Amino acid sequence: MTSYLLKRLFEMIPTLLGITIISFFIIHLAPGKPTDVLTEMNPKITPEAREKLEKYYGLDKPVYTQYRLWLERIVKFDFGESFSTDRRPVIEKIWDRKQPLLERRLLITFGINALSMLLILMIAIPIGIFSATHQYSFYDKITTVTVFVGFATPAFWLALLLMILFGIQLDWLPISGLKSMDYDTLSVFGKVWDRAKHLILPVFVSSFGGLAGLSRFMRSSMLEVIRQDYVTVARAKGLREKKVIYSHALRNALLPIITLLGLSVPGLIGGSVIFENIFGIPGMGQLFYKGVMMRDYPLVMGILTIGAFFTLLGNLMADIGYMLADPRIRTK
Amino acid sequence: MKKILYLILICIIIFGCRHKSAETGKQAKQDIPGEPAYGDALITGSIGEPSILIPMLAGDSASHEIAGLIFNGLVKYDTDLSVIGDLAESWDISPDGLVITFHLRKGVKWFDGVEFTADDIMFGYKTIINEKTPTAYQEDYLQVNKAEVPDKYTFRVTYKKPFAPALTSWGALVILPKHLLEGKDITKTDFGRNPTGMGPYKLRTWTSGQSLILESNRDYFQGRPYIDRYIYKIIPDPATMFLELQAGELDLMGLTPIQYTKQTETAYFRENFQKFRYPVFAYTYLGFNLKYPLFEDKRVRQAIAYAIDKKEIVDVVLFGLGKPATGPYVPDTWPYNPDVKTYEYDLQKARDLLREAGWKDTDGDGILDKGGRPFAFTILTNMGNSLRMNTATIIQWKLVKIGIKVDIRVLEWSTFVNEFIDKRRFQAVILGWSIGLDPDQYDIWHSGKTKEKEFNFVSYKNPEVDSLLEKGRRTFNIEERKKAYFKIQEILAEELPYIFLYVPDATPVVHARFKGIKPSPIGISYNLYRWNVPKSLQRHASMEP
Repeated sequence: MTSYLLKRLFEMIPTLLGITIISFFIIHLAPGKPTDVLTEMNPKITPEAREKLEKYYGLDKPVYTQYRLWLERIVKFDFGESFSTDRRPVIEKIWDRKQPLLERRLLITFGINALSMLLILMIAIPIGIFSATHQYSFYDKITTVTVFVGFATPAFWLALLLMILFGIQLDWLPISGLKSMDYDTLSVFGKVWDRAKHLILPVFVSSFGGLAGLSRFMRSSMLEVIRQDYVTVARAKGLREKKVIYSHALRNALLPIITLLGLSVPGLIGGSVIFENIFGIPGMGQLFYKGVMMRDYPLVMGILTIGAFFTLLGNLMADIGYMLADPRIRTK
Repeated sequence: MKKILYLILICIIIFGCRHKSAETGKQAKQDIPGEPAYGDALITGSIGEPSILIPMLAGDSASHEIAGLIFNGLVKYDTDLSVIGDLAESWDISPDGLVITFHLRKGVKWFDGVEFTADDIMFGYKTIINEKTPTAYQEDYLQVNKAEVPDKYTFRVTYKKPFAPALTSWGALVILPKHLLEGKDITKTDFGRNPTGMGPYKLRTWTSGQSLILESNRDYFQGRPYIDRYIYKIIPDPATMFLELQAGELDLMGLTPIQYTKQTETAYFRENFQKFRYPVFAYTYLGFNLKYPLFEDKRVRQAIAYAIDKKEIVDVVLFGLGKPATGPYVPDTWPYNPDVKTYEYDLQKARDLLREAGWKDTDGDGILDKGGRPFAFTILTNMGNSLRMNTATIIQWKLVKIGIKVDIRVLEWSTFVNEFIDKRRFQAVILGWSIGLDPDQYDIWHSGKTKEKEFNFVSYKNPEVDSLLEKGRRTFNIEERKKAYFKIQEILAEELPYIFLYVPDATPVVHARFKGIKPSPIGISYNLYRWNVPKSLQRHASMEP
């Protein structure tokens, strides 16, 4: 077990290295430079000034040299300084120690994604089980249509509709941001409620689209399991149907879901870019989008590396979870 | 799930046609008389977050907007575009135009109480011309031959050549507190996130990705600003921002043409908001690559001008919120020449000119041709600007009527500039220029500015324009400058290196409780420190330091 884990961890290193190389060269392939925000279409800039700025950011060196310099820093866990005009360290932008823990970008993004993952699990698994046990029923058809509508609905459009409804027409929920302007004057309970109110719409929107995949997976895996011999045996023994489904069949049906969860990490990070921009949530996705638009290479690379790391970690955890859940894999 | 969907559907049906009326209880009427009072807060939204609040290092408009509230300059533009003193009380220009002497206002204090003196300007000037400072605004200051501080309240600069835009370059870009920054590397200090200025507002908190809160500078040299707090909320999505405005969470934002003409024409908006409208210092144009054989002939360019109905573009694309442009200046400003050649929409004239230039439809396919080559070209424009894309579509539709086939290609901004504009790989483009308040446009029209990355990318070449541009920037005499720029506009209108399309309007909206706003050609925010809310209408608790 330990040796397997070590081996897997060790294997992560070349994969991570490969990901960073590809990302680094791809973002440098995109036309434009970080200095564009200062120089593009600015009649006051002279060629000398442009060269000076490029030198200042180290952009006059060949791309492979830039990558080597970046790599030398990253192995020391130094993500470098952002190329935007504020020149703050990338790590400070992602994980600002001056801010309260709950408002550091990395945690905001992961917090919201964890919440929506939880919501997806809580809704999709029961839907999947129910659809499987009531296959082809009216209910099965309705949920199928509903989750696919959810899957097909563009997140930004749904978000705007919900904002109009709950933020303006009904005036129940705030439209954007993490907390209200008068947050500091609220009581402890008021603060918790204020934050919760701001999270309702983003969490709902980011989980709505994810329901379809997971519930369909759950349905088909459940369908497969309840046709197995041991389920027939359990039924023949005279066990109650509830017991058969929830304690015998469900455990086995959950196995593929573990894999799916591990694989969904990159999708969640990608989705954050969209809903964080719409809801004005200062998370990592919003920072990433801004970084890409300004060609802020160190920032983009920093976030990609962190994202890649968590994706690999997710895969590893899925494998471990699989091992724990399924004795057949453990023995191999 | 199903229930929720039904609920949403029902709610949309019930409430979809209703507008929020809860706000009216706050009786924000426009015409309640009231004494100006201190207090309240102005909340505005921005798509972008400022990156650094040191004017000379900042490149984005959000940074300049906030830094503009924190720092003042030596001089500024008055509402009629003349130059007036700000931190400088007065100035003298030597008869040969080479020496400018600024006499500073006395008793102006930095936020920390230290007096502002000529040494601070000298320090800022030395910083901006320093090799190590990553600034994009050096050019104007490199023209300075010598800068001196004869005494605490006098600052004198000597130029190599008379340089008319020089005077206004002494705005807010170059003033930094020497006592705080001397001997430090300004890119390494936290001054850019925690600046000390002397303007009407000072930064109180900056929460990354969320908001910046500024509070009024009670010792501001032009009097304490009435509004206590200026809150700058970061909302990256424009649609969300408009919803926040409707929900009453924002007091000020810029509207799009459709929001201005349609979505805010409701009782709720009329009661709670005041809308403004004034021309932006910018214009949109159709530029020709003059090196491209198709456009070498002036008559061809003129024919295209006759075939484009600018009025129609303004009406359709901008919902009427703009003016047709006739040259590179904003109508009703002093360099603007109202009497240049205009091209009224006239398809027959366009066809005649093209025939004169030798273009005929010989093969009967509806497209003109000459020497076996059809008259077809591609207009490039950038992604994300629907106004330009719509303009291109209208032009395409008009030109096909006179037998010119136009393709439109929309490109991502960086690709567009680096791969197409800089490499001159274009036939025609739709782009816009922001115009500085000074009329000098040397970089755009001078024939010496056609190298890669320079701004005369259409390769316009006219010796007379060259010498007029030179003349215009070498004299401080407004009448002479005016003459030069008037003549340039006449030549440009005749030769048409660009077809000037329109000058759009800025359309900001402000909550009705704010009084003291005086719209002017330079916008509304120039006198922000005079805006106020009568006591009875104040919405946010006042804040005592």
